[in-house]
Parts: sequence; C-alpha cells; structure tokens
Amino acid sequence: MGGKSEPAKSESMATTTTSPDLINSSFFSFKSLKLKTKQQELLLRISILGLVYILAFIARLFSVLRYESMIHEFDPYFNYRTTLFLTEKGFYEFWNWFDSESWYPLGRIIGGTLYPGLMVTAALIYWALRFLRFFVHIREVCVLTAPFFASNTTLVAYFFGKEIWDTGAGLVAAVLIAICPGYISRSVAGSYDNEAVAIFALLLTFYLFVKAVNTGSLAWALASAFGYFYMVSAWGGYVFIINLVPLYVLVLLITGRYSMRLYIAYNCMYILGMLLAMQIRFVGFQHVQSGEHMGAMGVFLLMQVFYFLDWVKYQLNDTKLFQTFLRITVTSAIMVGGIALGLGTASGYISPWTGRFYSLLDPTYAKDHIPIIASVSEHQPTAWSSFMFDYHILLFLFPAGLYFCFKRLSDATIFIVMYGLTSLYFAGVMVRLILVATPAVCLISAIAVSATVKNLTSLLRTKQKVSQTGSTKGAGSSKASSKVTLDQSQPFQKNGAIALLVGVFYLLSRYAIHCTWVTSEAYSSPSIVLAARGAHGNRILFDDYREAYYWLRQNTPTDAKIMSWWDYGYQITAMGNRTVIVDNNTWNNTHIATVGRAMSSNEDEAYEIMRSLDVNYVLVVFGGVTGYSSDDINKFLWMVRIGGGVYPVIKEPEYLVNGEFRVDKGASPKMLNCLMYKLCYYRFGELTTEYGKPPGYDRARGVEIGNKDIKLEHLEEAYTTSNWIVRIYRVKPPTNRL
Amino acid sequence: MMNLSRSVALISLFLLPLLSFSFSVDNPTDRRVLVLLDDLSLKSSHSIFFNTLKSRGFDLDFKLADDSKLALQRYGQYLYDGLIIFAPSTERLGGSLDSKSIADFVDSGRDLILSADTSASDLIRSIATECGVDFDEDSSAMVIDHTSFSVSDVDGDHTLIAADDLVKSDVILGKAKIEAPVLFRGVAHSLNPTNNLVFKVLSASPSAYSANPSSKLSSPPQLTGSAISLVSVLQARNNARVVISGSLQLFSDRLIRSGVQKAGSHNQYEKSGNEQFVTELSKWVFHERGHLKAGSLVHHRVGETDEPAIYRIKDDLEFSVEIYEWSGKSWEPYVANDVQVQFYMMSPYVLKTLSADKKGLFHTSFKVPDVYGVFQFKVEYEMLGYTTLSLSKQIPVRPYRHNEYERFIPTAYPYYGACFTTMAGFFVFSFVYLYHK
Repeated sequence: MGGKSEPAKSESMATTTTSPDLINSSFFSFKSLKLKTKQQELLLRISILGLVYILAFIARLFSVLRYESMIHEFDPYFNYRTTLFLTEKGFYEFWNWFDSESWYPLGRIIGGTLYPGLMVTAALIYWALRFLRFFVHIREVCVLTAPFFASNTTLVAYFFGKEIWDTGAGLVAAVLIAICPGYISRSVAGSYDNEAVAIFALLLTFYLFVKAVNTGSLAWALASAFGYFYMVSAWGGYVFIINLVPLYVLVLLITGRYSMRLYIAYNCMYILGMLLAMQIRFVGFQHVQSGEHMGAMGVFLLMQVFYFLDWVKYQLNDTKLFQTFLRITVTSAIMVGGIALGLGTASGYISPWTGRFYSLLDPTYAKDHIPIIASVSEHQPTAWSSFMFDYHILLFLFPAGLYFCFKRLSDATIFIVMYGLTSLYFAGVMVRLILVATPAVCLISAIAVSATVKNLTSLLRTKQKVSQTGSTKGAGSSKASSKVTLDQSQPFQKNGAIALLVGVFYLLSRYAIHCTWVTSEAYSSPSIVLAARGAHGNRILFDDYREAYYWLRQNTPTDAKIMSWWDYGYQITAMGNRTVIVDNNTWNNTHIATVGRAMSSNEDEAYEIMRSLDVNYVLVVFGGVTGYSSDDINKFLWMVRIGGGVYPVIKEPEYLVNGEFRVDKGASPKMLNCLMYKLCYYRFGELTTEYGKPPGYDRARGVEIGNKDIKLEHLEEAYTTSNWIVRIYRVKPPTNRL
Repeated sequence: MMNLSRSVALISLFLLPLLSFSFSVDNPTDRRVLVLLDDLSLKSSHSIFFNTLKSRGFDLDFKLADDSKLALQRYGQYLYDGLIIFAPSTERLGGSLDSKSIADFVDSGRDLILSADTSASDLIRSIATECGVDFDEDSSAMVIDHTSFSVSDVDGDHTLIAADDLVKSDVILGKAKIEAPVLFRGVAHSLNPTNNLVFKVLSASPSAYSANPSSKLSSPPQLTGSAISLVSVLQARNNARVVISGSLQLFSDRLIRSGVQKAGSHNQYEKSGNEQFVTELSKWVFHERGHLKAGSLVHHRVGETDEPAIYRIKDDLEFSVEIYEWSGKSWEPYVANDVQVQFYMMSPYVLKTLSADKKGLFHTSFKVPDVYGVFQFKVEYEMLGYTTLSLSKQIPVRPYRHNEYERFIPTAYPYYGACFTTMAGFFVFSFVYLYHK
C-alpha cells in the first residue's frame, strides 16, 4: 500500500513541486510580456508601419488590375523611353544622349535637359533585381516605382511626425499619407513621373534638415544635403526646398531663435547641397546664378553676418558701441548685397526669375504672358472642389493641427507650419502643387488627430484610475490632472470623450472609404486607354492611341517626321518610334508656335510650313465620334494663342464668333477652313454618330458641324483608328506638273 | 488553256530583258513611242520628222486617235515610253484613254509631244491645261503678226509666222545655233503663271496677237505680244518632259522644206529652221540630251572612309557626289563648276560649290558648324534644260560629350593651385587647431 502510495505521493509531490514552477514560469513569461510595454509598443509600431507600408503599395495597384501593367499619361512615356535607353546603353551614353528623334530638326540634348533621378533610380532597382536573379522587364519596374516610393514616403512621414511631435503623430501621419488622394493622384502604378520619387526626396530632405536643426549635428546636416541632392536630381520642384529652408531660417532669425544648431544645419546643408546640386547638368550653374536661388545665398551670407555680430558682441562687452557697430554692419551688408544683386541682374550674370516662378507668385501672370504655361490643365488655379476631393477630412484637421502646433511651438513645429502654409498657397495657385502640400497637410492633420485622441484617451483612463485609486493621480500627467480637476464641473465628460472618440474614428473611416473610392474611380485611369460605360452598363475600352502609335511604328518609313500638337510628342516617340516636331518638353516656344500656326492656317499655308519642317505625317486627336472631350478641337484655341504669340498673323478673334468658340454652321470662316478643322472633320459629314441626329453630329461638343464637304488638296487620309480618336494624314509630295 | 497561259508566260519571259532594256534609270532614252494621229495621211505629210525619229532608233507605233483598241498600259505596265499626239481635232480618244490617263502617263515619268492647231478640240485643251498651258479660248483664233511674218505667206493674212525668239539653251536646242527662223502657223497659248515648271521655247514677237484672221477685230485681243508662246516645254518634278506646240504644221514636211524670209529682213534662207528645231527638241524631250544622274551622297570625317551615324560639332568632313550626264548612248562624266552642296537645318548653315575632277566626281570639305541638330546634306541642282537633281541625306550633329572638352587648361592652373593650397591649408589649420594646446 505504502509502496503503492509512495510513488503516487511522490508523483503528487512531483506535481506539486512542478506546478508552482509551471505557474511561476508562465507567470514570469506573462509578466515579462506585460512588463516590457516598450517592446510591446515597438512591436505594435513596427507591425502598424509594416501594414501601412504594404497598404500604401497595394492601394496604388488599382490601375494595374483595371487595365494592365502600362505606363500612364504623357510625360511618363518619355521617362520610360529614357530609362530603357539607360538600361540598354549605360550611364555615360545616357548622360551624353543627343536625341535626334524629337524636336526635329533642332534635336534635344536629353542628358542635359532632364532630371535623371527617376531614371537612375528605376535602373538601379532593375539592375539590383537582375543581380538577385529576378528577370523582370524594365517596364514592370517603371510601373511599380511610384508605389514603391510611396511606401517609402510613409516611413519618412512616420519619422518626420515623430521628430516634430511624437510617435503617435508619426504613425497617424504615415497612415494618412499612405492613402491621401492628393498623393495617390501622382503615384499610382504606371504613373512613372518625376513626382513619384520627388515627394519621397522632398519629405526626406525636410525631415533630415529638421533633425539636423534639432540635434545640431553635422552628420544629419550632411544627410539632408544628400537628400537635397537626390531631390535636385529628381524634380524641378527642388526650388521649393531651396526657398523654403532659407525662409524658415530667416523666420527663426527674426523671432530670435537663432542658435548654433541652426547655423551648423543650414550652412552645411546649403554649401554641400549647392555643390552637389551643381553636378546635375540640367541645374549646373543655375544654382548660383538664377534668381530663384538667390534667396538661399542671401540667407547664407546673413547667417555669417549674424555669427560675426554675435562674436563681436561677445568680444566688445559694450552695448552702446555694439549698437553703432551693428547699425553700420547691417546697413553696409544690405547695401553691398543690394548692389551685388543689382549689378548681377543688370549684367545678366544673375538670370531673372523664370515664367513658371512668376506665375507661382502671381497667378494671373501666365494667363497674360505665357500661354504655353497657362494652356496646361495641371497649371490651372485649383478649384475648391479639388481640395475637398484630394484632402477630404484633412482640410478640417489642418487648422486644428495648426492650433496644436502653435500651442507647442518649437523649431520643428515652426518648420512644419511654414511648410504647410506656403505649400497650401502654391496648391491654390496650381492644381499640380496640391501634391507638394499633401505631406505637410497630412503631418499637421496627424498632429491634430494624434493630439486629440491622446487627450481623449488619457481623459478616459485617468477617470478610471481616479475611481479605482487616488494614488496614481500624482503620477498622471499635469494635463490629465487638470482635466480631473475640471471633472467636477462637467459631469458628462467621460461620455463626451467617448462620443468625440467615436466621432474621430467615424471621420477617419470615412476618410479611408473616400480615399479608396477616389483612387479606384478617378486616379487609376492610364488616360492612354479610355474607358466608358456602354448602354448596358458594360465597360468599353477605347485603345485608339496605342492602335495609332503602333500603326505609325509599322507602316511609316523609319525616318518619317510626324507633326502633332505637342501633347502627343512623347507618346509618338516612345510608342511609335518616329521623329516628332514638338513634344511635351516645351523648351522652344517658337517651334511650338510654328506648329500652332500650321494647325490654324488654311491648307495651302500649312503645306508650306509642313514642307519647311519636312513633315511626312500629321496626327490629330478627335473626340467627335466618342464624345471624348480633351481632343484637339477643344485644345485648338491654345494653338491659336500660342501661334499668335509668336506670329501675329494668327489672330484669336478671327476664330471666334462674338467671343464664342464654335464649330457648327455659325463658326467663323477662318475656323471652318483651318487645317485642324479640316483634318478633324474630314469625312465626318458622312457619318451618323448618334441615333436621331443628322450626320456629322459632333458628340464631344453636341453640335452638327458647319463644314461637311471637306476636300483635302495637299494631304490624304492615311489612317483613322477604330473609334476615330486618332486620325493620321499623309502629306503629299508637291504635284508633279505644277 | 494551259498551253496558252504557258506560252504567254514564255513570251513574257522572252520579252523581259527587252522590257527592262527600254527606258530605265540606266538608259533614260525612250524607245517605244506611240503616235496618235487624226488621220493616217499625217504619217506621210510629216514623214521627215518621223523618219528622223526612226533613224535614231525609236520604235514608232502609229495609231488613229480614236482607235478603240488604244491602250497605254497592260497589266499595270506601260507599253510605251513616249507619246506623240498629233490629233488636234480629236474630241475623244479611243479605248480607255482620256486626259487623266495621259496626265498619269506623264506622272509616271514618261514623255509627251502634244501638238494643237487651230480649232483644237476640248480634249487637247484639257491635256494642255494639265501641263500648265492654256490655249486661246477662241477656237478660230490664230497667231497673227504683221511685222515678223514670212514673206512666203501667200494668203496675206500674216498667219505664217517666222519666229526666231528661241530659248537660249544649248541643252534643249543643241549646240548648233538655229540660224533660220522657224515657221509657225497655228494657235497661241499662254503659260499658267502659277506653274514655274513650264517655259517657252519659241515665243512670238512683241507685235504678235491672237485673233481670228478672217474677221475684223471687234475687241482688243486677249493674248498679245511676247505673252504668246508658240512652243512650250514642261519638265515635271519627276523629270518627265512635255512639248506643247500650237502648230501641227511646224512639224510638217512642207514647212520643213520651204525657204524662209522674214518680213523686213534681207536674210533669205534656203530652208527654214523647222527641221533643226523639231529634231533637237525631240532629242531633248525623249531624253537623248540633258539627262543627269547622281550617285549617292558620300560623306565622312577627314581621314576616315566610313560614313558616321552622327557628327559632332566642329568636325571636319569630306563630301562628294558623282554626277553623270547621258549622252544618248552612254553615261559621260558631267563637267560643271556650279554644283553646290548645302548643310541644311531649316536654312543652309554651309553652302559650298563643289569642285569637279572631270571624272564625274564632285567633292568638297568643310567644318561642321557649331550648332547641333538634325542636318541634311542637300544638293539641289536645277539648270535650264537639265533634269533636276534633288538629293538629300539626313545626318544628326551632336554637341561635345562630357569627356571631349579640354581637360586641363593652362590658364586655369592658378585656380587649381589655389584650390589645392586652400585644401592643404584647411587640413593643417584643423590639425593645429584641434591638437595644439
């Protein structure tokens, strides 16, 4: 019995001895998990960031799912073509590339007139993937570059938010920027444009600079100089950095926040950034010569004067003497600076501001002076609705965030406030600059969200703790304790806080829904393939552009020259592989005006112009059959304006009737006989486009055209795509016997 | 059926070398000429002209203009290289021929002699209009000249003109000067002012006018003086040549044989200039003379032989082109000192006269201008009577590459020195500042 019970006892003993161990160990592990909240938080943070990183990427893949893996829009086709060249021929060939296929017969030095950052980035990714034995096509890399960099931007936004506020704000900022439509509009898969990389570089530069100002470390300043270099290599928007940073420094100087940290950060960033930026061929000496960059140099010199004065003050120890010295130095410094600027501008050494810069400062400038800038739809002033469309709740959170920033002013919050306010102004001037403002708006809104939620949750928690133990009261933050003291006067505070929290989460969820909807509906269209809804709700795709470009590629002589309005230049060279007269790199206004003149002249005059430019084919885009509204007829007045800006024989009023642009019977005779009209509407009079309407009914403008009997003398129809969107005409050689 | 098709194939196989021999790029002289006549009696009344053609090796095919079996081409191939229309009164051509198919014949690079006469039909007028020439609309009008008529004019209405205002071109009318005036009786025409390819070979004197000789003038004549052309030629852009004459009698044996004395002149000639005129003109129109051909444009850098795909600005290059002239039997080197080459981008940046080496090679060398872009070598050679040479070759010109600039400029050595001494000085200073107590 005993022998039997012994083992049992021993067993039970064993169990009793082991069980506390087990309990102990499980208790320990539980305790260890519970104890290290920091680790928990880190894990949580990393997983949130990881999810945001993936979310930012996949939210941008709608366009690939809806259509196919293709390059969008106009400029990306040029970027794609150059990237292809870079990967095939190597960097030095790319750097020295003289392209004889565009801007015939002038040609274009590609290497010296582009920002190579995007192409080099994509090529590096491509080479890296090949090195890792992933044999992808360069097109796939180009298509996915923008989403990849958008993901990276979320990380930068997190660190930036952390730097200016706290980790919570950083996380919210990362989430907000990951799906903000203002940013998605320029970074969906396939939108292979400079901005795709540039926003990442912009935010990175700002983050590193703020970090440098906060720490006063040379290393961070150096890093921000390299960030700036990457930005300069990627996008012309770097001018914003080189003006905002000095402005920020100036504001700090004026508000008496000058410090050694600022001195180190700015000087290092400016000098190194300038030297690096000058290595980009397109920028080169502009960085020390052009008007847009003079502000940075002025602030740099001002910093030195400030430092010098500081030193003199330290040495003198005599306030009165210092005051006079100060007056003399400041006046003489300003005078010397003014004289140098005046002489430089007068002698032409310092170039004046460019038209684009002017049009930013004065929104009406481009409309009056530079039609080529005003003609681009993305350069139009922003409508209120597009702010709502692109920012949604951020528009309301932004002022709230500003309030929090002003409540807790620091060097970093001053920076983000200035970034937000200036970029929001520029966003109001030009639609495309909404993109630049987006990171600032997201960050400031994130501060608002994070601060509000934090306050509300801490309010909830402290109340619970107050009811349980009064001892933790002292350990709670002063804010919480002040709320607790208010508790007595506001009995429904807890409920209010809960309601507010629910409200915040409702708003955020609406934001997420809105962003997804906008991305899938508005910003995922490649614009080279058009989609429409059929009569039965089915989706119809118009792939006319590619049809036309491939026709050109396969049916025209390899040295054929194609004349079209400049919008289609990049696509024709990239997809059609043919020489174009003008393209989207609008560097030569006269050449574009010549094409505009040809399009708005009658056929005989246009023929002379086309002969002088050796044009073999003319390509026009026509939406009268499909109802596609951004066609050449609707762009025609810009051709007249741009042509008339250089050649005064083209007069805009001659194409209008009582200031109205018409294509029907009431149109002006000049309009009815110009080349563009003839090429668009050739044989259109025979076509019935809509049931119950007369033949020759233009669906894009909703009128019956005025000239149905169009005869072409010097051109002949070569190809018209299946939906008549693109029409190509061959220029005939001169008649044999005349 | 099989047999027939086989025999046709055999025949065509047999004919193939013959077909390719006649009228090609290598042998531009016409061989097979279709002659359309109003009336087969013209064959004998104009026999001298036709015989000179036959003696020069032309294969003349006489047909009535309203022959229903008339065809210029078969299976898409032209059957003839040249066409002579001596049918001024024919209203409709036989077969499927009309003024458009005649124009197509010319546009395919083939040659035409068209002769009208008084009361020319609408068909002839429309063909002439296609070639840039307008006959007097009054169908009964003739050229009348009361000062430079021929004294042999028996009718006394001064319609037999003794014209001596010939175009001054050795290429068109031969080296030998035509001494005797050319006798002309027929209808006047004027040139279309917008057409700059057509020009007069034989013009009327300033005192000529166009009117009906049998009726009194009721209103001033529409065509007067030297605006009247008697014989005109057109050289189309594809070098097809067309002769348009207002007189069929110009080619006739009667006027060729007759003596001539111009009114008011004491020079009496045994024979009129007609024979020499029509013979030389037919040599020109059928490409026995004045036909040039050029080889391709050759260019390369100085010291190299291969043609580069692209030039750099300020490259020195050599340019050459071979030009030959057809003598009627063989290609002879063309000799001239006025052939020019343009280095062209919207406007000529370089314009140089090529030097000939008497063996047909024209060459020059020049420096590429300091402008980049897509240039063209252009040789545009348009001389009266000669076929037009219009050659161009596209070549891009690029700027310097990044490593083609001068690397170490002697004048910049002080700056290099300053740069390196500053760096060294800064290094020493930092060292001293950091470690010197």
